[in-house]
Amino acid sequence: MNLPPIDAQRVLWSEQLPGGAHHSFPIRRGNRLRLTDLEGGANLSALFVHYDEKTERYNMADTLKAQHTFYLTRGFVCYSDMGRVLCSVTGDTVGWHDAVCGVSDAHGVEAKYGAAPYQTHRNAMYRNGRDSMLIELEKWGLGKRDLVTPINFFSKVTVSEAGDMRFVSNHSPAGGEVELRFEMNTLVILSSCPHPLDPSPVYAPKPVLLQAFRSEPAGSDDFCRNFRPENQRGFCNTERYYL
Amino acid sequence: MAIVESKLGPRAAVYDFTLPAGEPWLHMIKQGQTFRIHDLEGNQAVDTLFYSAADHDDRYSASDTIRRQGNIYLSTGTQLISSEGNVLMTLVADTCGRHDTLGGACAAESNSVRYSLEKRFMHSCRDSFLHAIAHADCGLSKCHLTGNINFFMNVPVTEDGKLTFADGISAPGKYVEMRAEMDVIALISNCPQLNNPCNAYNPTPVRLLIWD
Repeated sequence: MNLPPIDAQRVLWSEQLPGGAHHSFPIRRGNRLRLTDLEGGANLSALFVHYDEKTERYNMADTLKAQHTFYLTRGFVCYSDMGRVLCSVTGDTVGWHDAVCGVSDAHGVEAKYGAAPYQTHRNAMYRNGRDSMLIELEKWGLGKRDLVTPINFFSKVTVSEAGDMRFVSNHSPAGGEVELRFEMNTLVILSSCPHPLDPSPVYAPKPVLLQAFRSEPAGSDDFCRNFRPENQRGFCNTERYYL
Repeated sequence: MAIVESKLGPRAAVYDFTLPAGEPWLHMIKQGQTFRIHDLEGNQAVDTLFYSAADHDDRYSASDTIRRQGNIYLSTGTQLISSEGNVLMTLVADTCGRHDTLGGACAAESNSVRYSLEKRFMHSCRDSFLHAIAHADCGLSKCHLTGNINFFMNVPVTEDGKLTFADGISAPGKYVEMRAEMDVIALISNCPQLNNPCNAYNPTPVRLLIWD
């Protein structure tokens, strides 16, 4: 089951992010971003920063505890550390997106997959999530202190009663889609490097299609706003900011 | 859960301080020293962050910690991993058995979301953290505040992905003890939370001890 087609007149831009790549861009309040796992098995790590005040950023703990959840899907919203909603998950055909595991680093990628530098592998070199996100953060005057736990779209990690974590392989199908509506002007930082807990011994990150399109702000009957009473208050905080 | 008792006695400690509920605490712990947090009255949540003393950007990372050990709870044997992949602390004794690192600290702003808009003006852990770093003049800023440890707090995750706040499993006299693997700055907010039933709406003091 796919999300409804996007009205071509509303599309602002569309771009394919290759596997293992990184990218960053601002997206304005009210616009949406649709992410499509083109081949299946993608991982897209994403950080959200308030574009106009970059000390305000996505906060994993506040997002999870306000909504009593360990993962994200349609209805949940992404909270900043200032009690506001950076973006809402308005559509999802995948059902579970990891919010706790963070990204791979250079040491972990080399230990798992071996060394593949630019010198020998050119643009097929192995990149890691941490360095990828740091590169994009630096482009906006941010750095290590701003690198917090991102969301890993298309990846699923469950935990047992004893707390043991389990990565679910082949979770996202080809064509899997998730859609975000931005409630604030947001800087989006992306890396399509493999999930750090992906047990596959082969470095084979998958591409993701990005489609930004014009949308409407959340109305009073909005699904995400009314998903939980906490979200109604989160939207209230956000809308007060934009008065 | 690994219940391991300590052989250290309080009289041999080089530092012994009782931190009231709602107060922040910022202190250096040297490599090789042992640090104990003692839950004096039970079910207190001790929101704690660690930073490399040499590089504040190299800080406690909840994601790296749980990923490296493959488990979301902290107890004896857990290494607290930094954002650079270094070991900050190793938990060497624990009579509680489980500690949370997903729930983060309460904040004025998140309290307004979680409980009601009017709760914004209550005391909160993030305000305590900010109070401490504003006065410490040690180079820490709001951007250094990230997902912390909640010692003595029980935040179970169900297999279908629900994050729950359960009754505490700590009790009067329970403690957790850890060895510093490098020189670290420890930043604590002894939680003043009055909205969470886990401590029976009664924030209480904790005792902090350090041994050489």
